[in-house]
Order: sequence, then structure tokens, then C-alpha cells
Amino acid sequence: MTSTRPRTGPDTVTGTDALRWPRGIAPVRFGGFSTRIELRAAALTVLFLLVALAVAVWSLTVGSAGIGVAQVWSAFTGTASTGTSRIVLEWRLPRVVFALLGGAALAIGGAVFQSITRNPLGSPDIIGFSSGAYTGALIAGLIATGSAVGTSIGALTGALLTGVAVHLLAFKRGVSATRIVVIGVGLSMFLSAFNSWLLTTMQLEAAITAASWGAGSLAEIAWGNVLPVVIGLVVCGPVVLWLAADMRMLEMGDDAGRGVGVRAETVRVVLLLMGVLLIALVTASAGPIAFVALAAPQLAMRLTGTPGIRILPAAVFGALLLAASDLVARTVIAPTQLPVGVVTLCLGGAYLVWLLATSRRGSRR
Amino acid sequence: MTRPTSSVDPAPSRLHATSLSTGYGDRRIIDDLDVRIPDGSFTVIIGPNGCGKSTLLRSLVRLLKPTGGSVLLDGTDIAHTRSKELARQIGLLPQTSIAPEGITVIDLVSRGRHPHQSALKRWSEHDERAVQKALTRTGLADLTTRVVDELSGGQRQRVWIAMALAQDTPILLLDEPTTYLDISHQIDVLDLCTSLQREGRTLVAVLHDLNQAARYATHLIVLDQGRIIAEGAPTDVVTADLVRDVFGVGARVIPDPETNTPLIVPHAPVFPDPGAHPAPAGPSTALMEGTR
Repeated sequence: MTSTRPRTGPDTVTGTDALRWPRGIAPVRFGGFSTRIELRAAALTVLFLLVALAVAVWSLTVGSAGIGVAQVWSAFTGTASTGTSRIVLEWRLPRVVFALLGGAALAIGGAVFQSITRNPLGSPDIIGFSSGAYTGALIAGLIATGSAVGTSIGALTGALLTGVAVHLLAFKRGVSATRIVVIGVGLSMFLSAFNSWLLTTMQLEAAITAASWGAGSLAEIAWGNVLPVVIGLVVCGPVVLWLAADMRMLEMGDDAGRGVGVRAETVRVVLLLMGVLLIALVTASAGPIAFVALAAPQLAMRLTGTPGIRILPAAVFGALLLAASDLVARTVIAPTQLPVGVVTLCLGGAYLVWLLATSRRGSRR
Repeated sequence: MTRPTSSVDPAPSRLHATSLSTGYGDRRIIDDLDVRIPDGSFTVIIGPNGCGKSTLLRSLVRLLKPTGGSVLLDGTDIAHTRSKELARQIGLLPQTSIAPEGITVIDLVSRGRHPHQSALKRWSEHDERAVQKALTRTGLADLTTRVVDELSGGQRQRVWIAMALAQDTPILLLDEPTTYLDISHQIDVLDLCTSLQREGRTLVAVLHDLNQAARYATHLIVLDQGRIIAEGAPTDVVTADLVRDVFGVGARVIPDPETNTPLIVPHAPVFPDPGAHPAPAGPSTALMEGTR
């Protein structure tokens, strides 16, 4: 062979011009702080937040009492009548706040699970937590017939135990992403069957309470239900944000993640725990609200055009999604209210079809 | 067996393992192994499939925990080193990694800076310079805004190497960096390794192609069944006996006409039919292993 490969190597330094970033990414530095900002994602996150807040305010005005924006405002400033104040601040506001915060919590939980399983379907409602929570609620219903607190505690326990079960069953020299999904889906089906059987064995009244909880509704939400979600967000939110960079590294595979200094097992266990807690706290009060955890992170990712899931856009989009769904649930066949779970289920079904129809691996853009 | 290695001049070595045993589950792959990675070397680990090459490499950067013995970096057991600190000293190109869907070249390469970053210091000017250097070294400077999914296999591998380079570690481990690449990209990668080594970095790679290993390595480690059979400079290590004993291939070893390093030329196969053409598939199991 007359090889004429010049042995110079790829060392032809092409000047020292600045790095070429894709459009819309800006390095930001001041003092000891530095980061990169994805401008489109940041702008859209702010936009989602504004829309979510607008939807929330609109929700406060919707209902049979005929209260307008002006009266809502006067209720906030304390100048409204006692009746209006009560309706806005005691009845409607907790529900709206819960929709915003709960939507955010579900979305963060979903984002965490999808990132860890590296699978857009690896969301908590697909891999068994909702079914587990329902099982817990049903068993609580069997013991303490029809008590709301009992249902919440049962659901919380059920979801957490399901999380532990999935983790233990998926554990085999470390947790593999695919095993989590496969085992979760299997467990979910098993629990659903078990739930149906439980329902048939219950007293009628307890069964009705449990079933209405099982549809996922915000109708009964009071300030007492909001508090656990606030606590969950305050505790778990910062932890997830703190670990978000590590989480992103693990999306490249365990070896690549560890190669850049991520303690894979520890990070994953902590993130899974945070995800389960966030989901469980919402589900305990409102029942299993389908598809927010599944769809919010993916939709936010696609709309903002970021590679991989980002926590904050997902959270804000989740808030928007649940607040809007609840508004629809309250208005679409008013004066009768739909359970919000039914609305999200419909949205979710449409979303899933769209996802399957449009996503082909590596063919975006 | 053959070479009792360099017991005369123990070259300085920041990274070494003492009586290392490890494996997967109950299966022990490496048993009581001592190895030193000479500083500033381009060390290449070779051996037949399943001999523990990748296992050894993975152990050196703590992807596998030893069941016995230890891996030492600057005299400290790496089991006790903080993850990010270790990742600032030893970089790794894993055998397989997943590029997140839709990620751009520059975004992926800049992930190599993770061990240098903290919650507040997420993108310093130092990060920026390291990424720029890595992109230039790998010839990716013009592809920064491209989406990784859309690149060719050779370009993708360069992106992963660039990510490991951006990590800016004195020691770099590469697990089969040339597998699945065509010959021209293989040579690109190996040339890059050599030029990195000449700048003073220590490189350790697992390779399948014996001739490439012999040509590029400054230090060769031959593994078989989890034990080191021979190590040292390729000219000292690679012999016809070794190739026969370790790989079960009869071959001549002649000087490479280009580099004078050992060149392994497997014996022509003997087929019963004397009238047949020389078998085209004959050349070498070593080459075929390289392409798997």
C-alpha cells in the first residue's frame, strides 16, 4: 500500500475565536456565579407561569355564585362581603392553589422518573404508583369506612410501598432503567386487578367513597390538603433541583455519568425517593390524577426545545396543565363537575397518540 | 511466562492496582492482579475476548468495586476518593454511552466539565476554554451546533472523545475507542491518543487489533483469563509464541515496514483443496476481532 497519510494529527488549531453556541444559549457570569441560560426555555417558562396564573385567577371567578374578577380582588383585599370572601378564599382558592402546586409536584415527580428510566413512558402513573396509592386507599376504606383522612394515609402508604417494591424488584446489581419500567408496568397491572377485586368486596358506601377518590378530583380540596403538598415541594423541590445536573449526566448512561463524577446509585435513590414523595403527597389528597406526571415533562421539553428534561419548565407546565384541566372539569358540563382525573385522562390519551405518532428515534428537527 | 516485565526500573506510576480481584456477581474475572500504569505512557491492554480487559479498565476508575485488593491513585485507595475529585484526575471513554435525544455537539462536549462545576459555578470561563480546546483537538469546531444524532459514527465517537478531553484529566482511560469505526477513523482516534500522550497525559486503552496496539502503545499489557501474561514495550512483548499461547493463532511476527514495531502476520490457513484460490477470509482473527 502506498500510504500517504501525513502524520500530522488533527492539531491544526483554527484560531481562538469564541465558542459557537446554538442560537439562544447565553453564558451568564457575575462574581463567583456562572451558568448557561437557554433563552427560549427560560422565556417559555415565564410565559407558562403567567398563563397558569391567569388560568388560576379565571378559575376563581368561575362557579354558580357569579363572582367577577373585581369581587375576587376585593376578597383578597378584605373588602368583600363575608359570603364572597368565604367562597373565594375558603372554597375556591385552596382548590386553585392545590391545582397549581399539585400539578407542579406531579410534573417534577414525572420528570425525575422519566429521566432515571430514560423513557418517556417511565412515569409514576404508568409504573404502578397510582395503582399502589389506590390499593392503599381501598384497604384504608375497608378498615376505616369512608374516612377522608384514612383514605389519604392509606394512599400515601400504598404509593410509598409500591415505590419500595418496584425499587427492590428492579434491583439486581444496581437498578437498571428498563427493569424499573417493565417491573413497574407489571406491578401496576397486578395492583389494578387487585383493586377491582377489593372494590367488589367492600361495603357500598365505602366503595363509593373509594371509587370517587379513585377518579381523581379536586372538588373536596381544602387548605388542610394544600399544606402537605407545600411541604413536599419545599423539601423535595430544592433537592431535585440540586441533583438535576447529576441526573442529566446519568441520562448518558451509568458509566458516562460516573465517569464525570456522579455517584450514580446514591443520586438515583435520592431522586426516586423525592419523586415518589411528591407524587404520593398529591395523590393522597386528590386521588390518582392521570397523565400530568407523564405528559407535562415531555410537552415542556418539546415546546422549549431543550435536549432532555428540565425540571423548572416541567414544573410550571404541570401547574398550568392541572389548573387548566380543573377549570375544564368545573365548566365543561356545569353545573355538574367532572373529576379532574377524567379530564386529564382524556388529554393524556390524546397526548399519547400524538407522542406515538410523531416520535421516531433521532428524527427531531 | 516470557517477559518478567520491568522489574529493573519501576517507572513512576500514579495509578496502580495491588492484588486486585473483581468480577460481576459471583463470577470472578480478575484475581489477585498487580498492575502499574506508567506515567506519561500510552498503555494498551490486549487479550482474547472475555479475558478481563474492560473489567480491569473499569476497575481502574471505580466503575467496578474490587472484591479484594485495591486501586491506588497517588498512593491513596480510590475507594475513598470523592467522585468528583476522582473524575478530575481520571477521565473515561466508556464502551457505550447514550446521547440524549436532540443534544448538540457543544452541549454534549461541555458535559465533560461536570466534575469541575458546582451549584454556583456552572459555566466558568475555564470551562469554556477547555471545551473549545477539546472541540478543536477533535476537529469538531465547525460542527458545534449540529445535533449529535445526525452525525456519522466516526463523528459521534469524536464527540464522546471530545467530552472526555473537556474533562481535562491527566489520566484518560478509553474502553475500545476504535470499535465500530472504519480504518480511517480508527487511525484518527489513535493518532489523537498519541499526540495527547506526547503532551504529557497518561492514556490507557483497550484495543482489539493487535497490530494497532503494537504500533501505537508505548506500554503493552497482555491479559489472559484475568492474569497478566506479559507487559512492557511492544517490541519486547509481542512474539510469535505469545500470539500462539494467548490468542491461539499461529503467526509470524515481523517488523512493521512503516514503524518497525512488531507486525503480526497470521499463517495462511491450510485448506484440503489445493486448487482453491487463497482464501479471502484468511487474513487474521486479530483483524476480524477488531471489527467484531
